[in-house]
Order: sequence, then structure tokens, then C-alpha cells
Amino acid sequence: MSGRGKGSAAKAAAPAAALDVATKLSFYRQMVLIRRFEELARIAYQQGKIAGFLHLYIGEEAVAVGAIATLRPEDHLLTHYRDHGHAIARGLDPRVLMAELYGKVTGCSRGRGGSMHFASREHNFWGGHAIVGGHLPMAVGLGFAARYLGEPRVVMAIFGDAATDIGEFYEALNMAALWKTPVVFLCENNLYGMGVAIEKASAVTEVYKKACMANIPAERIDGMDVLAVYEAAARAVEWARAGNGPYFLEALCYRFQGHSVADPELYRTKEEVEQWKQRDPIQRFRRHLIEVEGIPEAQLDAIHEEVEREMEEVMRFAEESPDPPLEELYDFIYANPVGDWRGDERFLRLWDQSSGS
Amino acid sequence: MPVMTIREAIRQALREEMQRDRRVFIMGEDVGAYGGTYAVTRGLYEEFGEERVRDTPIAESAIVGVALGAALGGLRPVAEIMTINFVLLALDQIVNHAAKMSYMFGGQFKVPLVIRVPAGWGQLAATHSQTFEVYFAYVPGLKVVYPGTPYDAKGMLKAALRDEDPVIYIEHTALYPVRGEVPEGDYVVPIGKSEIKRVGRDCTIVTYGRMLQASLQAAEQLAREGIEVEVVDLRTLRPLDMEPVYESIAKTHRALVVTEEWRSFGVGAEVAARIQEHAFDELDAPVMRLGSREVPHPYNKHHERAVLPWPEDVVKAVKLLLR
Repeated sequence: MSGRGKGSAAKAAAPAAALDVATKLSFYRQMVLIRRFEELARIAYQQGKIAGFLHLYIGEEAVAVGAIATLRPEDHLLTHYRDHGHAIARGLDPRVLMAELYGKVTGCSRGRGGSMHFASREHNFWGGHAIVGGHLPMAVGLGFAARYLGEPRVVMAIFGDAATDIGEFYEALNMAALWKTPVVFLCENNLYGMGVAIEKASAVTEVYKKACMANIPAERIDGMDVLAVYEAAARAVEWARAGNGPYFLEALCYRFQGHSVADPELYRTKEEVEQWKQRDPIQRFRRHLIEVEGIPEAQLDAIHEEVEREMEEVMRFAEESPDPPLEELYDFIYANPVGDWRGDERFLRLWDQSSGS
Repeated sequence: MPVMTIREAIRQALREEMQRDRRVFIMGEDVGAYGGTYAVTRGLYEEFGEERVRDTPIAESAIVGVALGAALGGLRPVAEIMTINFVLLALDQIVNHAAKMSYMFGGQFKVPLVIRVPAGWGQLAATHSQTFEVYFAYVPGLKVVYPGTPYDAKGMLKAALRDEDPVIYIEHTALYPVRGEVPEGDYVVPIGKSEIKRVGRDCTIVTYGRMLQASLQAAEQLAREGIEVEVVDLRTLRPLDMEPVYESIAKTHRALVVTEEWRSFGVGAEVAARIQEHAFDELDAPVMRLGSREVPHPYNKHHERAVLPWPEDVVKAVKLLLR
């Protein structure tokens, strides 16, 4: 890809060329699973089974799969609201993710969060966050805690290009560098902040160059190439784990769908979308597997069929799961509820005991 | 029993909790080498070192957000925001993040985070003199405490540091030199419990923070004139403990709510509304509210004085209420 920042300072840790075929096939399967998960979510949304906003990641799968594969289970992951792909790549059960989209009690956030707020404590996946840039300081804090406690954890914080225009981005990068926290900042530059093109929103469109404000080594990578993402992310994670402080990656990518399912896409041309679709990360990686690794087409087709069967079970699970019981409404406002924590218990008692007639 | 200022009581709570639990650390603007903008953290930097008493850039959003992340990561951070006015820059982190992490993700995450916020005024003009506790008290998921005595200041800070939820701990700068008894040894004052600070029969004053001290002074003066007021100290604004207020009104049948905030839409409005809802039959007069005049806070000292409620205003309000 085009530029490299002051960085590319990380030493090569695990060149993608060294990846074994089984790992590459698992990448392929994950990318296909993310794609199918979202295509089926889109249909369910159009059927009115899923509500709220549904931001699809279709087209960007290579970033999640390549980058998150470099993390260890004890590492921390945070991301933005377009979070389905990251959750699947982190190993969350697609059934509980679809159930979350359906607002069911079996969802990863018990039906409290919806599409934008997937999370799993068990996977050290600290959430999709829907306030642009708002999770970046939190990522720095998680990194600081790891360093303070002497834990060899790395934090990966994923965000979009539009997040690099907001103040919290600068505050977080500055603190991350000052306190030498082990944070990999991974920007998914899909060229649009909702419908505003990056040239209209950002004076600096080569996003990785913004990291120089905190002297953080940075580079731009091809976000449509899962192996390129993997290789760069592995170096960045290694850099952070070795105690060198934060690292910044800009993955150039493109979303094939609108900002959300409700988006009529008036701001970009069909030709532009078609051009990017020529670089579909799944098709591209498929060609690599066939041409370079010599995998038979039939073996790849079998992966698609397997994913199809898994998705049938995923949809069934989401459909059949129960809604959260209304009795749960007040649960978890506080970890430690004290006193009149529900807010005017006298009124609530009066209200709940009255039939209204 | 030892007597100390609220400033010393807060510092003592911080020191004891830092000695007790290595996960406790302090971060904020000028908390370290400078010794704290209001000298609250003085000496802690020397005692605990720069790893645990951490100076930060002037970046309120990052101060709260990084502290929040550290809390998620297993630490017990104390984030100090220099004044409550600057918390506006961190509202996103407090309201959209700290207050939501437990509920929105289905109870997976805990946020044992204390945000210490000095509030007050002193000829600092409109942007440095505001009263914003209601902004936090409005938000489910936060706990908001506002101690008015050295005893409560120490005990409530300890309770906050041992809690599992985000706590906004508000300190009034005019209260820092206020002295009072603080026992030796470890104790906590529970969050979410109001307390009767003075017993009386003629009128109930509901208050907290600096206006607690002002109300107690007013009560002294009224007592000399034969009027005995009962003073209920809310201490915690969320969750609000109104039961002692209703019990008191059942005895006095009159209620005055005294706060330092602008009078409209504030904590006082909430307290008055609840009294009306749940103690209506006990009232012999409408609930009265005393607060600040609704102007952007002026610099000039005569104007500043005219804006704020003082003990003599509390005396006047009680007399109006008893008329």
C-alpha cells in the first residue's frame, strides 16, 4: 500500500507466509461466516425481526479476521458500533450474537445492547461502543491497568476513520503514548463517516499520519487483504507486548452496504461501489487459497455449506430464544445496589400494586 | 476524638485506602508534584510515588475515560477533575460510558471508579462557579455523594472506594477548612443513607453540602429566637434516601429545601416534588425552596454574594414558612 509512517518500527513477528494452511482455511471460514451472518441479519431486519440500527460490515471482513487473529485470549479488544465482524472473529458464539440482534435474553448482552453493543467478558471483548471515539480512552485505561498489574496483555482498539476527527481520539493517543500503554490502535478507514466522504471531513486523509501527533509509529495497510492485515497486526501487537508503547495501523477498506440498512446511499456512485467490490476480500482470499495454496474449489465450497448449516442453527436459536423477562428490567443498573436505587420506591410500590381501575 | 478539616479528612481517606489496597491510585490535573489544586492530595505524591499519584494532561475526557478503562482492568482509580465546571468536558465518558457499562452489556462489567469533583465559587466568574450535581444525580447507573462534614467526607470516600459502581464524589471548596470530629481507625458511611444532623420540631430543612453548614448555622440563630428546626442531610443524591425526610415532616409539618443550585429543575425540585407526592397530608404549608439566583455567576463580590444563599437567607426562609 501507499505510505508508511515514521514507524513500521515493529519487527516482523509472524509473517503471513509462515501461516499454515489450516489457519488460512480458518480465516476463510470466519470471513464467510461474518458475511453470511450479516446477510441473514439484513433479511431479518427487513422482516422486522431486528430493530434499531443495523450497521453491516460486509466488505471489511479481512480487517477483523486478520487483526483479531493476532491476539491472545488474555488480550483486550474494544471496538465501535459496526461490531458484528469483530465479535465473530474474537470467537463469540454467533448464536448469542444473533440472539442479541433479536433482543433475546440469550443474547451476549441479554438483549440490552442490540447490534451496536456486543460484548463478552469471557472473551475480554469489552464492547462495541456507539459513541464515535468514546471507547478510545477506555482502551488506554485497560492498557494502563495491565501494565500497572504487570500483566502481559495487549489492547486492540478498533475505530473508524471518522473517529480520528474527534477530540477524544487525540486525548487518548496522547495519554497512550505518554504512559507507554500497550495499545494497538486500528483504524478501519472505509472512506466515509456515515455519508460524509473523508475528504470533506478530514484535512488529513492519510489517517495514519495523524498518529504523529503523539509520536506513535504508524502505517497504512491494505484492509482488503486478510494476510496483509494479519502480518501488520502481528507486528503491531508484538511491538506493544514488548513494552514499546502504542502502535497505529490504518487499514484501508470499504463497506459494500450502506452506513446502516436504512441508508439510500445518495452520497456515492454505484460505479465506485462496483469498483471496490472487484476487490472483495473473500473472493481475493479464495483466489489466493486456490492459486497459491492449491486448495481444491470443492473444499472451499464445503466451507460455505458448513457455514450455511451453522447459520440455520444460529437463526433457529435466535428465533426460538425467549425475550428477557420484564422482571429483569432493573437488573444490573448497579453491581452493588444500595438504598432507594430504583428511584422512588414509594411511587413504584403504589404503581405496581394498583390495577388502575 | 481528633478534630480535623474536611480537606484533611479526604486526604486521610485516600491515604488509608491506598495503604490498604494497592489497586487504588489517583490520577488528575496537578494531583502529583503540585500537591493538588486545592491541596487535597498534598504529600501523597511523596508518599506513594508517581506511579500511584499520576499527573495528567488537561484532558478531562481522557482522565475519566482512562480511569474507567483502568477500573474495568481491575484497578480502583480515583480520577480527580479540577472543578465541577470542567466535568462538562467529560460528560460523555461519565454518562455514555461509565454509567452504561454494567447495564447495557447485561451485567458483565463492573466499574469501581471514583470521580472526585471539587465544586464552589469565590469571585471566579460564570464558568468557574457552577453547581452541577443534578447533572449526575439525573443518571441511573451513577452514585452521587456530597458530604458536608469531615466525618462524612472520610467515611463516604472510603465507602466509594470500596464500591463496585461509578461514584461521583463532590467536595465543596468552601467546606475544605470546616472542622469536625473524625474518629481514629477505619469506618465507612454508607452510600444512600440520609441523616438527621440536628433535631427540632418546628420545621424540617432538607439540604446537603455547603448548605448543610449554612443551615446548621441558621438553626443556631433560630434556636436563640425560640424556633427549633430539624436538619436532614441528604449526603447522597443518587440513590436519594427520602425516608428520614418524610419522618421528620410527620413531626414538623413544614419543609424547606435548601440547595446552592439554580432553583429551577434541580435536586431541590426533585426533593420538593417527592415531599408533595408522599407527605402531602402531613404538610401545613407549601414546601419552600431556597437556591441561588438564576443568573450566570458574576465576578463582582457584591453581586456574587447576592446570588448565593447564606445562613441569614435560611433564617428568613424559615420565618416565611412559619408565618
